[in-house]
Formats: sequence, C-alpha cells, structure tokens
Amino acid sequence: MTRVTEKKKDVTILFAGDSGDGMQLTGSLFTDTTANYGNDISTFPNFPAEIRAPQGTVAGVSGFKLHFASVDIFTPGDDVDVFIAMNAAAFKANISQLKIGGTIIANTSGFDKKNLRLAKYDDDANPLLDKSLDKFRVIEMDVSKMTREALADSGLGTKEVERCKNMYVLGFLYWMYNRSVENTERFISEKFAKKVDIRDANIKSLRAGYYFGETNETFTSRYEVESAHLQKGEYRSIMGNQAAALGVIVAAQKAKLDLFYGSYPITPASDILHELARHKNYGVKTFQAEDEIAAVCAAIGASYGGSLGVTASSGPGIALKGEAIGLAIMLEIPLLIINVQRGGPSTGLPTKTEQSDLFQAVYGRNGEAPLVVIAPKSPSDCFEAIIEAVRITVEHMVPVMFLSDGYIANGSEPWLFPKAAEIKEITPRWADPDKERTGAYLPYKRNADLVREWAVPGMKGLQHRVGGIEKENETGNISYDPNNHELMVKLRQEKVNLIAQDVPDLAIELGEDSGDILVLGWGSTYGASRTAVRELIQDGYKVSQAHFRYLNPFPKNTGELLSKFKKVMIPEINNGQLVHMINAQYKVNAQGVNKIQGMPFTSKEIKENVLSNLK
Amino acid sequence: MAETTTAQKYSSKDFASDQDVRWCPGCGDYSILKQMQSTLAEAGISKEDTVFVSGIGCSSRFPYYMDTYGIHSIHGRATAVASGLKASRPDLSVWVITGDGDSLSIGGNHLIHLLRRNFDLNVLMFNNEIYGLTKGQYSPTSPKGQVTKSTPMGSLDHPFNPAALALGAQATFIARSMDRDPKHMRDVLAAANAHRGTSFIEIYQNCNVFNDGAFEVYTDKSTKADTTLILEEGKPMIFGANQDKGVRLNGLKPEVVALTDFSAEDLWIHDSKDIGKAMLLTRVFDDPHTENALPRAFGVLYQEDRFRYEDAMQAQLDRAVEIKGEGDLDKLIRGSHTWTV
Repeated sequence: MTRVTEKKKDVTILFAGDSGDGMQLTGSLFTDTTANYGNDISTFPNFPAEIRAPQGTVAGVSGFKLHFASVDIFTPGDDVDVFIAMNAAAFKANISQLKIGGTIIANTSGFDKKNLRLAKYDDDANPLLDKSLDKFRVIEMDVSKMTREALADSGLGTKEVERCKNMYVLGFLYWMYNRSVENTERFISEKFAKKVDIRDANIKSLRAGYYFGETNETFTSRYEVESAHLQKGEYRSIMGNQAAALGVIVAAQKAKLDLFYGSYPITPASDILHELARHKNYGVKTFQAEDEIAAVCAAIGASYGGSLGVTASSGPGIALKGEAIGLAIMLEIPLLIINVQRGGPSTGLPTKTEQSDLFQAVYGRNGEAPLVVIAPKSPSDCFEAIIEAVRITVEHMVPVMFLSDGYIANGSEPWLFPKAAEIKEITPRWADPDKERTGAYLPYKRNADLVREWAVPGMKGLQHRVGGIEKENETGNISYDPNNHELMVKLRQEKVNLIAQDVPDLAIELGEDSGDILVLGWGSTYGASRTAVRELIQDGYKVSQAHFRYLNPFPKNTGELLSKFKKVMIPEINNGQLVHMINAQYKVNAQGVNKIQGMPFTSKEIKENVLSNLK
Repeated sequence: MAETTTAQKYSSKDFASDQDVRWCPGCGDYSILKQMQSTLAEAGISKEDTVFVSGIGCSSRFPYYMDTYGIHSIHGRATAVASGLKASRPDLSVWVITGDGDSLSIGGNHLIHLLRRNFDLNVLMFNNEIYGLTKGQYSPTSPKGQVTKSTPMGSLDHPFNPAALALGAQATFIARSMDRDPKHMRDVLAAANAHRGTSFIEIYQNCNVFNDGAFEVYTDKSTKADTTLILEEGKPMIFGANQDKGVRLNGLKPEVVALTDFSAEDLWIHDSKDIGKAMLLTRVFDDPHTENALPRAFGVLYQEDRFRYEDAMQAQLDRAVEIKGEGDLDKLIRGSHTWTV
C-alpha cells in the first residue's frame, strides 16, 4: 500500500491523561526529541493541584500541550491538531480544544464503563461513538492492552506494566511524525540505569508503539514538520524556572557575590529551589526556611552580610513577605524577590497561571515603599531578565521584584544560549574602609543616582546600625523629625525613578512606530500578542506591538511611544492592572483585553479583540 | 563564638555607640547593655566582626547603643534575619536581642527553628512578662490571671516556660539570668559566647513602668536566697539564706529537702550536659509563693555540642566541589543536552 508523508508547517499536540499517566514526561520527551530535529517549539503543561486526584476523574486530568513548527513560533498553539486522550475524563476536559479535522488518538481501555462513569458521562454513554466526532479523525487504540501484550514476558507486575503505556503512545507519535526513538531511549537508559527491568520494559513499549504505526495498515499518512529556520548556533531546551535559577547563579558570579537563596516550598516557584540546590558546587547556599517570612528575612540577613540575598514565592507567599520587603526598602540593600504568579486571590488556583500580582508587586506594602519590578516575556527570557534584575538590585541598592508566572515557569522552548564571557559584569557599590574620613561614618550618604554604599560587617571603622524605623538622612540614626521623614520618602522614591535612566527605552517589537493600534503587553502574553500582531500586519492592518520588561519604573520614553498610536490595547491575564497603571500615568485611555481563566491567551483571542476595535 | 584573629584590647566603653540610650529611667535593660559591653570587651571580639540583630520591642533598640554592626529588623524576625546572616557569614559574632513578645509570640516559629538548626549565635531573650512598647498588654510569659490593659479581668493564657520550650526545640545551650545580678549575667554571657551553637539566654528583666516587681521575689535581698538556686557545674543544689536547703531527686521527682535531714551527697548534682536532668530542671517552674516551691534555677541549665548549621552547609558546598569540580558557568548554561542549528 502507499504511504503518504504530508508536510506541515506547524503542529500542536495535546497529551492528556490521568495525573498518574505520565503525560508531563511524555510531553517533555517528545519536546526534546523534536527540538533535536531543529523545530521551533513552545510548550504548556497544565496539571491539577492535587498530586493524585481520584483516578479517572476530570479533576485529575493532566495535560501537556506542545507546539512545534518549521517557522518561528511564540505560543504553545491555539487549537490542537492531535489530541491524545488516555481516558474519558481527559477527553471530556479537552475535546473543545481540538480543531475541526483534527485527530483524536483515544486509548479505548480508558473509555470503559468505569472510566465513563468516573468522567460523569450520562448513562455511561461512550463519547467516542457520538456523531459529533464525525468532524474529527478518530484513531482508537487499546493502548493498555497492547502494552500488556508487548510486555507479557517482562516479568513485571500489572502496575509497572500499566506505567509503560505512555511510552507506547510516545512511540506511536514518533512514527507518526517521522522522529527517531533514539533520544528517548537514551533518556530511559540513563534514568533507569539501576532498574534494568523497568528500563527494558519502557524501551520495549516505546518501540512497540513505533512498530505499531509502521506495520498497521490503517495508518496511511505520516507527517513531516521540517526544521525551522532558526538563527544558527547551539541550542538547548529550557524551562522558565530553570532559566531563572541559572540566571541567578550567573548574575551572582558576575557580581562576585556569594548567592544565598531563602525559600519556602510553594507552587509554582519550588522548582527554582530544586534547581539551585543542585548547583552547590557554584557556591550556592540554599536555605529551605520554616515559612515565607523567615525565607525573605534570611535573604535580607545574607544581603546585609554582603551576599546576594534572593527569595522566591508565589502570590500568597509574597503577601506574607510584604513587611520584610518594606524593611529591605528601608535598609536600602540588594534583595531579589521572585514571584512566580499563579491564580489568586488567597490560595486561588495554585497550578494555573495568572498575571494578577502586578498591583501587589508595585503597590503591595505598607507605607511609601517603592521597588523595581521586572517581568520576563518567555521561558528562556527568564535568564537574561533575571540577570538584569540582579544588576539593578545590586547596583542601585534597592529590592527588585521579578514577576514570572506559571505559564513561563513550566513552559519550555529552544534557547540559543549565550557564552558566560558575553554576559556583562555587575558592580556592587562597596564602601571603602580605607578611605579617609572625618567624623562618623555616614551609611546613608548617596551618590548622584541617590544610591548609598554597601558597608558590610567586617569592614573596620564603618560600624553602623540600620533598621526599619525612619532614619535620619545620611547618618541613618533613628529620626522622628517630620521634615526628615518627608525627605527620606522622596529620596527613596526618586532613587527608584532614576532607574528609568539606566534601562533601555521601550521598543516597538513588531510593526511601525505609529499606527491605529498598539498592542502593549508585559510578561507571558508576549508570544500570543506577537503572533496576533504578526498576522494582523500580514493582513494589512496598522497594528504594532510593544512589550514591557520594566514595569516600575516604566522606561522614560513610554509616554511618547504610546502617543503615536490612535489606540493602545493591553492584553493581560487579570482583570486589568497594567491598563490601570498606564492610564493613571499617561492619560492615553488604553483599553484592556482580559482573560482570567487560569490559562494563557491564545493568539486568536487577542487577534479577534484587536480586529473588533479596527472595524 | 566566632573566632577572631585580631586579639584587640577593648574597654566596655569602646562598645558604646554615640547614641543616647532612650529606655525609661530605671529599666532593667540598662544593666544588660552594660554587662554585654563588658563581656565583649573581655572576650576581645573585634567590633567590626560583631553584629547585633533585634526585632521589635523595648529590648530591640539595643543594637543602636552598640558600636558594632547592627540591624533593628521587624517584629519577631530577628532570629530569621540572624539565620541568613550567620549562614552566609560564619565568621561573624552574631547576637540576637529579643523580648518575650518578640520571640515567643510573633516570632515563636522562627525561634524554635533557629534552636533546632543550631547556628553558632546567641539569643538574649529579655523577659519582662509584659508588652512594654505597646504600653502594657500581657505577654506569652505573663502569669495566668495577670491584669493588664488588654486583660482587665485577668489573662486566660497559660504562660510559656521559655527554658522548657527551648529544650523542646532541641536547643544546645539554655541559661537563665537576671538584670539585678550583673556578675551572674556576665558569667552566663561569657559561657554563651564560648558555646559553639545557638545559646538561648532568658534574662529576667524588670519593666518598672508596666510590670514593676514581676521578678522581685527572685531579686530582692530578703527573698532571693530562698527562691533562687544558682547553678554550679558538678556541685550539689544547695540554696536558702543559711544554705540549709537542697534539691534532691526522688526518683524523677525533684523535691526541696532540709540539709538537717540529708547530706550534700544526697542532693541533685548539677550536670548541665545531662539531657535527662535538663528535662527535669527546665520543667522546674513553680510559683514561688506556693508552699515547698522548688527554687527557680539560674545559670547554665543545659548544654551539648552538636553540629552547627552553617558548618554543615559549607561542608556540603565543599563536598559538591569535590564531586563535581568547581562550578563552570558555561557548563551550567549549556546543560547536559544541546543541538546545533
């Protein structure tokens, strides 16, 4: 029979199953392999907060979305081309994402009576038999049974065999997309080096899935996604939290500072702690504190002692750290606070993404407590953005909040990584104990940027006391003088304002520097905005994109750049926060485009919204 | 204590900063400040290598009066700030100044974790059984029934016994002293300074404005001898105005006995390194006004040698370098798997 290989520009695959089905691993392995083929990739894991929610229920569905292409892409894809549904619950939770004409690969044993009941299908009606599926291509495979058969003589128990079924599916997909199983086999061999029977079973299952595609005559077409014309160079795959962790280590070394990381476990920030704890040979001190407050306070203690103090959390933890962050603002010492945002308020949606802590970052402390806010725009951008955050906190002696989010933290993409030597040095403002001085040491004397020196214990003759009580200008002694308080509040604010002089201007990312609509974003909306704006420009509209890295203070040209457009639209995964700040400061009557579903924007959503404003 | 390379000669005055001390006249804090300055001068620790970290409360103004480095941090968190400081700078001599409200109420969590981690630093807990800076509410050490501004009908809280709490949190050095006995306090501070690990020192401190006389029964000449037991290592527990009473262990039960009925050899011999005895000794917390009350013990109640967090932390870093080699940034950035386009 003839086999056709169809060429595709880009494909979006969604792996979905029970949270115990290993969908996250399956997704990341496919990502790694396909990255090797030179495709551009963007991924989005989506999983429940419960570690193992009741098996087979919609609450327990874990998904991994993966977009790969022969062109450059910026989002994990809008609609899904291929949907792997390991059970009825996964089907129910995700079928709406599949595009018309898309393919469903359904594990039929996941659609048995028990699974249908757990997924709450009426009268246990099997949705695979529903007429509405006519608009899709349905491939039914009894993955469980075929895996069992493939591993019949493996000697493993039912449970272990069951755990290999994700590899069977993965093998089949490798066949479907003309990918070799080799890379994954290497991974399995390393991971299970000490458990030979598990290793062999996984490899066998992977191959069985691949051969199933090859030998089974029902599958007549394979797909080819050619490599993308990415910039030449050496790439690796990177996740946002990982990039942030690596960036912090690099930045500390570039500043010749010891790194101290105080943290309390919280989703979705914990992976930064895990990553840093693996790199103790870089002099990284990680401290898992008893709570969020202790974590930030320990980081402040470390910074006071002359290390780079870093703490991380998500919204609820940042709320707890608020008072201590205010202390660091008063002490005027370096402190990097990482907030990997999640759905809020309160506990909110721990495993879902949101951009709703912008107000908290900028305004969320008692008193006049300004700090610097920086946001990365993609997983790999965390690396560069966090180095910049460290540069500012160290060189300007002011706490910096790094606002990532769950989407960036867990998403991954190929990264054309830099050489360490290309990264700029960071210069701490050390006090010099040997400098000639008359009179007492003045710890709060400032330079032209209003930055004080960093005098740390051990520096002879520079002993001084700092604290959270208002300080007298220059001496740092306690002062209740009314005029002094006003002066100090203004000095701390002006110091932050001046940082706008030390950061790059806001740039037009795409399109002309004037026009009908400017799509202005921050953080993880970058990819969806970029894709939407690119398409709108191709369609002949006068639309441009700009994207903030610096959210406080805004770059100095912001007002001027915005004024060149008839309308400014601001997509945010919140109820309208940046839009509020922009309208308060620049009077441009910007319009919000908001989504608050714990999920990132699709480019289509942004595009349609902009379009409706163009008509 | 931190090791110091420069044996410098200091007088206690060298440790006084140029700031006016602003505690209420007659406050017990003055005495503690003075003994602290003397202790550091005697120990010969360099001023620039010493850091005082405090929280919030009357006692927490302490760092401003020392010509060392100092952080007056936020309420309850001095212990957490000090943990990060000591972890990153094991070379420093670190002293935490805190009060009963600061360390046992709002900062209770950080205190217990500091104690179990055993950083090599010292915690001076000024216990005045009252909130002074907020003008007189009951504290976690106020006796039940205490009438204060917030408890006009008497407090309902059963008070903490700080020494027992510290032992429960696996502290490696627990001592008790009082503001009215300067020599005793200097001895205890010197012992704390010599201990390698977290030293927890509870100091009975009189707040003459909001809780005057809270510890009078232990400090007043007329009652002191009968209500206090000054601990001496290896010595029998003898007390009383005429040194005629002792504490005997009757099985696991400490009891007051007359030395006319028992000889010194029959008494409880103080061994600060015996955890079993420390469990009993820290639990001795009798109301001094009850009949046959056991005397309150002052001195070093317990001490043990256990690994310090900061040492173990550094050891892991050294071990990581041994196994993986000195960190190379390019290797880190590159990761284990790359491809070329």
